[in-house]
Amino acid sequence: MTGTNRIPGGLIDRDKPLGFTFNGRAFQGFAGDTLASALIANGQRLIGRSFKYHRPRGIFTAGPEEPNALVELRTGASQEPNTRATTTELFEGLNARSQNHRGSLKYDIMAVNDLFARFLSAGFYYKTFMWPKSFWERVYEPIIRASAGLGRLSMQADPDHYDKGFLHCDVLIIGAGPAGLQAALSAGRAGVRVILADEDFRMGGRLNAERCEVAGTGGATWAAAAVAELESMGNVRLMTRTTVYGVFDHGIYGALERNTDHLPDAAGAPRQTLWRIYAGRSVLATGATERSVAFGNNDRPGVMLAGAVRAYVNRYGATPGRRVAVFTNNDDGWRTARDLRAHGIEIAAVIDSRTDTAPNPFPEVKTLFGEAVAETCGRGGLREIITTGGKRISADCLAVSGGWTPNLHLTCHLGGKPVWRDDLAAFVPGNALPPGMRVAGAAAGQMTLARCLQEGDAAGRAVAEDLGRAAPAANVPKATDEPAGITALWQVKGARGRCWVDLQNDVTTKDITLSHREGFRSVEHLKRYTTLGMATDQGKTSNLPGLALMAEASGKTIPETGTTTFRPPYVPVAIGAFGAGAKGAGFKPVRLTPSHEWARDRGAVFTEAGQWLRAQWYPQPGETDWRTSANREAQTTRNAVGICDVTTLGKIDIKGRDAAAFLNLVYTNGFAKLPVGKVRYGLMLREDGIVYDDGTTSRLGENHFVMTTTTANAGLVYQRLEFARQCLAAHLDVHLISVTDGWAQFAVAGPESRALLQKIVDAGHDISNAAFPYMACGEMTVCGGIRARLFRISFSGELAYEIAVPARYGDSMIRALIAAGEPFGVAPYGTEALGIMRIEKGHPVAAELTGQTTARMLGMARMVSDKKDCIGNVLSRRPEMTAPGQPRLMGFRPVDRAQMLTAGAHFIARGAEAVTENDQGWMTSVAWSPALGHSVGLGFIARGEDRIGEVVRAWDGLRKTDIEVEIVSAHFVDPEGERLRA
Amino acid sequence: MRRYSVFAIAREALRHHQGWGRAWRAPEPKSRYDVIIVGAGGHGLATAYYLGKNHGIRNVAILEKGWLGGGNTGRNTTIIRSNYLQDPSAALYEKARSLYESLSQELNYNIMFSPRGVMMLAQTEHEVRGYRRTARANALQGVETEFIGPQRVKELCPIMNVSGPRYPVLGALWQPRGGTARHDAVAWGYARACSDMGMDIVQKCEVTGIRTERGRVAGVETTQGAIDCDKLAIAVAGHSGRLADMAGFRLPIESVALQALVSEPIKPCMDVVVMANTVHGYMSQSDKGEMVIGGGTDGFNNYTQRGSFHHIEETVRALIETFPMISRLRMLRQWGGIVDVTGDRSPIITTTPVQNLFMNAGWGTGGFKAIPGSGWAMAELMAKGEPGPLAAAFGLDRFAEGRFIDESVAAGVAH
Repeated sequence: MTGTNRIPGGLIDRDKPLGFTFNGRAFQGFAGDTLASALIANGQRLIGRSFKYHRPRGIFTAGPEEPNALVELRTGASQEPNTRATTTELFEGLNARSQNHRGSLKYDIMAVNDLFARFLSAGFYYKTFMWPKSFWERVYEPIIRASAGLGRLSMQADPDHYDKGFLHCDVLIIGAGPAGLQAALSAGRAGVRVILADEDFRMGGRLNAERCEVAGTGGATWAAAAVAELESMGNVRLMTRTTVYGVFDHGIYGALERNTDHLPDAAGAPRQTLWRIYAGRSVLATGATERSVAFGNNDRPGVMLAGAVRAYVNRYGATPGRRVAVFTNNDDGWRTARDLRAHGIEIAAVIDSRTDTAPNPFPEVKTLFGEAVAETCGRGGLREIITTGGKRISADCLAVSGGWTPNLHLTCHLGGKPVWRDDLAAFVPGNALPPGMRVAGAAAGQMTLARCLQEGDAAGRAVAEDLGRAAPAANVPKATDEPAGITALWQVKGARGRCWVDLQNDVTTKDITLSHREGFRSVEHLKRYTTLGMATDQGKTSNLPGLALMAEASGKTIPETGTTTFRPPYVPVAIGAFGAGAKGAGFKPVRLTPSHEWARDRGAVFTEAGQWLRAQWYPQPGETDWRTSANREAQTTRNAVGICDVTTLGKIDIKGRDAAAFLNLVYTNGFAKLPVGKVRYGLMLREDGIVYDDGTTSRLGENHFVMTTTTANAGLVYQRLEFARQCLAAHLDVHLISVTDGWAQFAVAGPESRALLQKIVDAGHDISNAAFPYMACGEMTVCGGIRARLFRISFSGELAYEIAVPARYGDSMIRALIAAGEPFGVAPYGTEALGIMRIEKGHPVAAELTGQTTARMLGMARMVSDKKDCIGNVLSRRPEMTAPGQPRLMGFRPVDRAQMLTAGAHFIARGAEAVTENDQGWMTSVAWSPALGHSVGLGFIARGEDRIGEVVRAWDGLRKTDIEVEIVSAHFVDPEGERLRA
Repeated sequence: MRRYSVFAIAREALRHHQGWGRAWRAPEPKSRYDVIIVGAGGHGLATAYYLGKNHGIRNVAILEKGWLGGGNTGRNTTIIRSNYLQDPSAALYEKARSLYESLSQELNYNIMFSPRGVMMLAQTEHEVRGYRRTARANALQGVETEFIGPQRVKELCPIMNVSGPRYPVLGALWQPRGGTARHDAVAWGYARACSDMGMDIVQKCEVTGIRTERGRVAGVETTQGAIDCDKLAIAVAGHSGRLADMAGFRLPIESVALQALVSEPIKPCMDVVVMANTVHGYMSQSDKGEMVIGGGTDGFNNYTQRGSFHHIEETVRALIETFPMISRLRMLRQWGGIVDVTGDRSPIITTTPVQNLFMNAGWGTGGFKAIPGSGWAMAELMAKGEPGPLAAAFGLDRFAEGRFIDESVAAGVAH
């Protein structure tokens, strides 16, 4: 189908026709069209249905403020609901569908809502649907929910990917209309680093939409020349299709660049880029948005903002009507009449609500001063208007201008409050602008082209001066200073029928008066009660009229009633863009241990611990479940020797004359007297006295320690240490660095561990029990000269060592250790066997150190030294934390040894009811102990230390089990620690 | 008070809704009240409501510096649940949740409590253990929760990708009677009921000072003049520390920004509330069709009701990981609220060093769900001068005594 409403002229490329479909029907447009302009050119007036009443709606604007013309764009997984036809660039094969109707667009059965509109007043749902009670859940809410929403999600994963980027500039100029272009020219010529961003695909703003003259040439031509000059400057970056959507603290501007939305297919390129722009200064040159006037049935397809009519006619060569009426309260509306006339389009009438205007410039056009449009008629689209004077005028398009509202959104994002200007009948930016921001042009309330150019120039030069550049002399192209008078008109007195304010959410003037009547009078209450301005257009055309109508209802002025304020984003931003780079496995990196490849080749099963993949167990042929493998690994370790990669534990290298004093501050127990060559277990508290982390710290030299932390807390402990070093103990000479990734570390545990290591350690290093006893450490060489650190520490409870080599030798080290262990029957063990052995030994881990545990609860109260201060010391001595009766970490074994314990079970006295009042504690960890041949558990139970031998019940409300358990010591295996000293 | 019903709507519809009155009166403040409550958010209004309803105290003023419900009551993501780990929390939040069940009928105002079920995803083994522990604690506490497997998660929320490449869903803590409510309506409903009991709600009335006499509260200075009172309650989340400062004491509270966002409205695609701790985000779909999304708090203290750029990115990244199909949906609005965070992530409902001055604070990121229970407990505390069983554990003294109600682990996700 060819364009029935196509007219000559405009900035479209008629040599590049583009085919597209709307609701399955094929149409043709041209490169340079938007979907909206192409639909207008094809005479398509009905585009969609409104949210609440399913009223038929057409295209209302030519920009991002569009409330009506929302479509589902593209198909399949790429389907995008609620897409504005007015900002969608046409591309070959574009497929769009109307949304929010049941049945066809033309015959939407949900339009029945409109018949009941009288009952569905603002907030009616707060007053009903309460009886009978059960109906809300079963009947009312499901019905309300079924009618919610506009478009549909594709229900498939987004096939596109997104990018993010960081940009820095001296000045970010937002908007490339006359003010923005001129600001960029003036700043760019002064050598300032400029980014000029515009949401449109063609820079120029209203210059492209108006018939105007700049510097003796057409506005659009001047804009193109300005863009060409800017493109030639090395210090200027031009960004089209880029919306600066928000201002954040520290001079950060969020911007979204649409890279491929104008193409049929992204073809592998990122669809959009989320830019974080760090700008020293900014110039807000975002122009203004036109608004409508409330009169009867002002929502019919065919009613359009007057500036949008000009945009379609001048820029896109598409006329929204063949017989157009203009209704205005300001001088700008007359430009629409002038431009239509120039294009030879019939003007049905110009209706100017003002009585004090100059004489009619177009004598042949029917003009009505002091009148207004009272009502419109036409089923499915405008056919006729009726004025307040009772005149009936037939027209297929009504261009409405209620005045222009500066686009000051970004000035509010950091808390700025707009101020009212009566002469403009609009808010302009207040004084509290985001730091470094200037506002120029229509955004600042300068409503004429000449003033926009002057202000843009002034802003550009001022930025240059701020930055100490020699600003060029004022150089403003000549343009006419056309009149811009306005007499505010918000609603037409004597209007008939419903007068719409928020077209998308179907808020009428009556809803606003009802909101006033019921006391919802502040702007926020008005919004929330009526849903005014809460739709996808964010109230760009409705917020101010809504506020003005509330002011009228209250008999107050607009500034007394409130202000309009805005939150990011300026236009809705695809969620995928915020998540750029995070898709799928890219969400968070995975860390691999030095022995990962070796373990993988050996068939290890991995689990994630603090982002590390650790071997969980190493299945051997014939082993079908993890328990068999883990039990074998634990038993091999207890009876021979086992090896486990413990690289994931955090390692912090601590050096300096005051390193020992620093450790005394961060650990509860003393480190000052730890001899060189010794290791000590340390406990760390939070400021509030709760246990934070534990680990061992080794003294490798007088002023050199190496701390280990738990895997999960490695980064956090390092942060805390840095905080302590910089803020609490700046006077100490101490230096920290995280070396977690720098060293590969392996636990070698079991009675044969020394024999194994003696084969690895180079000759000359004596690691006999006498020379290298329990808790010894030292630097040595292994495997013929490789630098290594050896620590005689044990988590398993066996004779054990941890050996560390530079990470690059980690893979070789595991292979060497296993090879050396062959004669002893060595087995690698994973985290499951580790877990079994630590439960058998009663060592606390994350399940016990929950951030709710005191040292006393762990039976480690005496580790909190009272001879020195440390972080958390004072608060750990608070009365309730030291009172008797606190839970204590104990061991538990089932009275019937055949029964299996479960973690999370609560301890209840025998014969007592399982209720909160009888709760005595809970089981933290359980394992089946291969050493003991039955299930064992650790748990916290009140006064546990005094109750050894007592039998209680472990009640599990999840698994519905209730098992008698005996309270025992938490050290199930080798409680005296003879094995680890062997 | 005019009773709301479908019949009232029908009658009014016939006369163009001319007959509706104010939902709540807008009186000038009197010079004295028995009780003044600072803060006309959910907690302040609910406190007033239960003072009147449960204790017959009706000479009450609720003072609001801005507009009613404009603080965190109108800024949260409306999630209601009670699957807490510690016994005092579970009791308080479950009380609140159970009051929500019939609050619409009680207030004659449809607050749209929608018990569509809340699931907290377990995406690491550590979380599985943690939520199983919570489920066991809940079983003991009488809070209805269960631990469900990934298949059931998928059935309840088909748009979720339970087998994501990075953090597959291993299960979830499921509270079938958790859900959401219309946050503004909760404030409006309580306000209307309070007004109906003769209480005065005064908006745009900022408290600028607290007067005490011999260690006992005497009244407040406000931007609308001085007002005397016998008892004073402070329920001003986000500014609790500042009000306490006016009364001469300090609170163990940090104030941080919590951000939330909503998407454009779409046709219903998600019926349950999903919270994901590991990836750190939560999401539900409102009755209007918007996806309501929240995440964690900013890592620095401030009073500006806005958040940082990067935190929204983190929250959204988290949700795309779990819900890849929302990627093409657009974010419509983002905003921030200031939350009071205590060391143990549990609230403060308490007497204070000033006699007859009571404090309701420290709800952190999850105060909305507690509103009815909090009001109930606070009213009891104010009427009797000492806490009842619900509030007993939440006194300010617990910080000095070292008696924690630590929810930072099990509550986990900042909400």
